[in-house]
Amino acid sequence: MASVIVRPVSALTQSDVLTPLVKAYAAGGVVREGRVKFDIAPLVDNGNSVPIEVTVESPMTQAQHVVGIAIFNEKNPQNQVAEFTLSPLAGRARVAARIRLALSQQLVAVAKMNDGSCWMQTVEVLVTIASCIEE
Amino acid sequence: MTRALVTVPKTAKRGEIIEIRAVVQHPMETGYRRSSEGDLLPRDLIRKFSCRFVESGNANDTGAMVFAATLHAAIAANPYLSFNLRAASSGTLVFNWEGDNGFSHREQVAMTVA
Repeated sequence: MASVIVRPVSALTQSDVLTPLVKAYAAGGVVREGRVKFDIAPLVDNGNSVPIEVTVESPMTQAQHVVGIAIFNEKNPQNQVAEFTLSPLAGRARVAARIRLALSQQLVAVAKMNDGSCWMQTVEVLVTIASCIEE
Repeated sequence: MTRALVTVPKTAKRGEIIEIRAVVQHPMETGYRRSSEGDLLPRDLIRKFSCRFVESGNANDTGAMVFAATLHAAIAANPYLSFNLRAASSGTLVFNWEGDNGFSHREQVAMTVA
């Protein structure tokens, strides 16, 4: 996927919309920044189909693996994008999909580990042609 | 007739991490769009996707969950998903999509692990 790594997390403040969603997904677990790599083009030409890829640093063994990845957006009509369930069978904590983006906004990918801890990366994208508006 | 395309290597070396890709034909109508007459188009989404691995010789087994997804309106039409699997033994990968209006589709692909 020909995308550029977006601005690092530390450079942007997470939107007030995303923080409670992340907290709810974490269900009490500690949420930290890092380990998650959220690949998305920083400038999106067409919001109707935006390739994304989320990879998480994890050995994916029975003892230590990613159990789930959730993606939330800030400004679409619905904040949920998708929730993925992973298993150690995967061998690699990675998921790729194509999503819709209504506006220029922030997105967050949260990975939940089998010990309950969560890791995330927040990214900001500019959308030139929005989804959801044309007939 | 629903069309789906699943890409899985036919053979893999034991321990190799393979890439799986799955696409299914579906409009993923969000429920927020209007038709040219101005009527709201009813929501029609795929809600669930799963991929299970059934080991050869265990045909009655429902298999082990490899990957599952809950999808929302923000997933583009003709949902595309890609994920990985560590090839441990020969078997069948069973893919399942479920959605609104009774949508259900199943694909299966055999894989040989040498």
